[in-house]
Amino acid sequence: MKKIYGSAAEALDGLLHDGMFIAAGGFGLCGIPELLLAAIKDAGTKDLTFASNNAGVDDFGIGILLQTRQVKKMISSYVGENAEFMRQYLSGELELEFNPQGTLAERMRAGGCGIPGFYTKTGVGTVIAEGKEHKEFNDQTYILERGIVADLSIVKAWKADETGNLIFRKTARNFNPPAAMCGKVCVVEVEEIVPTGSLEPDHIHLPGIYVHRIIQGEHEKRIEQRTTRKREDA
Amino acid sequence: MPWDRNQMAERAAQELEDGMYVNLGIGIPTLVANYVGDKDITLQSENGMLGMGPFPFEGEEDADLINAGKQTITELNRTAYFDSATSFGMIRGGKIAAAILGAMEVSETGDLANWMIPGKLVKGMGGAMDLVAGVGRVIVIMDHTNKHGDSKLLKECTLPLTGKAVVDRIITNLGVLDVTHKGLHIAELAPGVTREDMIAATEAAIV
Repeated sequence: MKKIYGSAAEALDGLLHDGMFIAAGGFGLCGIPELLLAAIKDAGTKDLTFASNNAGVDDFGIGILLQTRQVKKMISSYVGENAEFMRQYLSGELELEFNPQGTLAERMRAGGCGIPGFYTKTGVGTVIAEGKEHKEFNDQTYILERGIVADLSIVKAWKADETGNLIFRKTARNFNPPAAMCGKVCVVEVEEIVPTGSLEPDHIHLPGIYVHRIIQGEHEKRIEQRTTRKREDA
Repeated sequence: MPWDRNQMAERAAQELEDGMYVNLGIGIPTLVANYVGDKDITLQSENGMLGMGPFPFEGEEDADLINAGKQTITELNRTAYFDSATSFGMIRGGKIAAAILGAMEVSETGDLANWMIPGKLVKGMGGAMDLVAGVGRVIVIMDHTNKHGDSKLLKECTLPLTGKAVVDRIITNLGVLDVTHKGLHIAELAPGVTREDMIAATEAAIV
């Protein structure tokens, strides 16, 4: 089965519909599926719900879909870097469901693993626990969180082979594997597609079983907070 | 003289023991890394890294290598990378020995509020709720009072909670306090600060 497509638009062809639920990888602007987000903007798909740790910045990442009002709801842990997001949220145009970061990651992982719910201590006694089932285990209180299954996953990896086995690079891995796992269909963008057989099987981070379509492209990979030290400090 | 922010960070570094895996929050907690000395401490960054190194030299920034504050950083020879679900698995699973975090308010029962002020812009809790619920020991570093001079150590938190009964120890500019089942216990006073000064500056019960 051929998984490699020529462009982000081709790879998304037939997968997009208004009102759909998309899980996206990335942390801040690190490891975000920037080519697929741009293609979704061009496609004009509306009323999207995104499970994504962050919402990008005004002109990059999911932020570009906020500018075009394509997003109906965000499920995120932190959205502090985006003025347009705040404007739409405060005016009631955008729904927001805050999830603790680890709960969001585990909801994706669990959903992809066929686990519809799990109990966690995270958020007990806070607003996050309101309305959720509480249960005692060994004299500790836990709350029930639900697994996420998305209509579509969009993910960024470093390298893929032709069968979709993926390798990520440094902290750009972040939410990409759990996001990939939780989608009914998963489209991945990579910096390089290499011939099948050229990746060391022991070094695969995410097996191709989770990956349905792959594109290769040039990435801007914008840096959000450029922090450095002077050489003389060393 | 009460401690300044660097001295608070230096005091917090004394909480860390050889071999510990530790998560440092944003702000003053980040400064703690400057004072660990010869101790073998591995820093976790919850976006998916153990063994966090210092900022890169100018020109060597890597967009694929950032910390949880989205700042460019470097790796060490011990560094390991992993995905977010694995990262919070080790946090939730109690594998991280300690987290050192900032706070807006702490209650005498160890409730922590550090993520949201109602009526102001809400940015989100990020990984803070997971950290305080999961790590072995939660150490808070914060100023003892707010900019109006009001105690940040309260009988009950007024702000939405990050976690309930989660804080173990609080390091402020006035000293070190432990959360006990009866109230806050003064473990140490900053130089020149008396027990009476500490009690006068604190709304929470001190035992």
